[in-house]
Amino acid sequence: MIDWKKILIPVSAIIVLLLLWELLVWAMGWPDYKMASPSDLWPAFLRYQELFWLYGWQTLWRTVVGLGIAVVFGTLLGMVMGLSKVMNDALYPLLVGFNAVPKATVVPVIALMFVGQHDFNTILMAFMISFFPIAVSVAIGLSTLEPEYRDILRSLGASRMTVFWKIALPKTLPEFFGALKVAVTLAFIGTNLVEIITPHGRGLGHLFQSAQTNSDFPLMFAVLLALAALGIVLYYAVVALEYIFAGWAVRTAH
Amino acid sequence: MENLIEIKGVTHAYKTKAGPFPVLRDLNIAIPKHSFCAVVGPSGCGKSTLTRLIAGLMFPDQGEVWLHGELVKSPRKTVGMAFQNPVLLEWRTILQNVILPLEIVAPSMPKAQKEARAKELLALVGLEGFENKRPSELSGGMRQRASLCRALVHKPDIIILDEPFGALDAFTREDLWQTMHQLREKEPFTALLITHDLRESVYLGDQVVVLSGRPATTQYVMQVDVPGPRPLEMLYETDTVERLAVLRREIQIAQGRAVA
Repeated sequence: MIDWKKILIPVSAIIVLLLLWELLVWAMGWPDYKMASPSDLWPAFLRYQELFWLYGWQTLWRTVVGLGIAVVFGTLLGMVMGLSKVMNDALYPLLVGFNAVPKATVVPVIALMFVGQHDFNTILMAFMISFFPIAVSVAIGLSTLEPEYRDILRSLGASRMTVFWKIALPKTLPEFFGALKVAVTLAFIGTNLVEIITPHGRGLGHLFQSAQTNSDFPLMFAVLLALAALGIVLYYAVVALEYIFAGWAVRTAH
Repeated sequence: MENLIEIKGVTHAYKTKAGPFPVLRDLNIAIPKHSFCAVVGPSGCGKSTLTRLIAGLMFPDQGEVWLHGELVKSPRKTVGMAFQNPVLLEWRTILQNVILPLEIVAPSMPKAQKEARAKELLALVGLEGFENKRPSELSGGMRQRASLCRALVHKPDIIILDEPFGALDAFTREDLWQTMHQLREKEPFTALLITHDLRESVYLGDQVVVLSGRPATTQYVMQVDVPGPRPLEMLYETDTVERLAVLRREIQIAQGRAVA
């Protein structure tokens, strides 16, 4: 049975927010080259509809590929750090230092290193910005495994690999998905950073950049909303995966 | 009677930055087949180290651990363990949790046979009908029952119980004590129980071993010659009270609060 309240309440909140926004622009008498109102957004979207679909797809696939690489790399790195104290001590400061560098400053470096490789650069940035939380959460998940869990299987002569597959890995899944929810948002930021900062870019970030050059506020806001929509889709895709693979971690009320 | 486990002159120290930290010194314990040995002693006297030595997860600096006439040199498939924390896997059902050791010890056993064996044990401890529940849906006592089933499912030579009832409320604990006697009647096993509860040690143990303070050595061994399954009323009999008094005094000696 559908709980209509669960849908009705957030939807009304959105409508109220849009109405207030519209009212504010109308009351202040702002022209649309100063501030867009919600009623300007739909026409702006329709005017550039083809670009929205094309650029939206570019932003989406680059983010997903970058995130995919981040998941593989981050998980492997987390495994190495979580299972070996030495590797953890060696890699942790490097990782923290790397993560502390503001990624906006890395964009020009990448752009110079790989001139013209827009897809590659964008994916690289999405990956670089998002692997950190995954690596850290997997490392913590593995290193904080209670010794009793290990002993149960080790006392039967199970190999380290068996303990990893049967216990350590599944036990880390809730932390992994927690990190993935952060990572998906970060990867999205990474993609847009490159799309906005580098010239001749593509993707929704580029459309935003062009709109800004032309002071086209309605288009800028339409792009922002499109980005928000993409972000929401990606986030809930992760939530769906979490429900499938780590649904057991959600305790049911009884 | 043949001794299933013999711990002979075991001495062990942990290596720390401040030098060796002795935990066990010339420890001797012998457990006959199908008998139940309870080990009591002051806090931090190395009781958990003892369990890891028997399980083959650690090796003593000196002395020997013999299991079934073989020197313990590595983990073996013939050991079952249960701890104070039931450490059930939250992503598995109760039935799948109990099956876990069989997946390691007998990977070729047909699934139906594994499940039948697990169900048989779950029924014995009163968890019939809970096979498909998740651990989080069960109470603490029920989880500990499932943990006991997991320790027994592969018919180990010995089960090592490291304070499995320590975190339970008094009534649940008494229920589980009785369950242990029922289990032993239905499928005899050899057990080593680490506990802080003297009543528990006398009610469950065929022998009670008192360890001295650190480094732990065998300070006192009490035989409890009461055939099982023992009724709970045994706890209130004069013999039991006298045994408890003796054990209490031995513990005080171990703690250094009384002189032998």
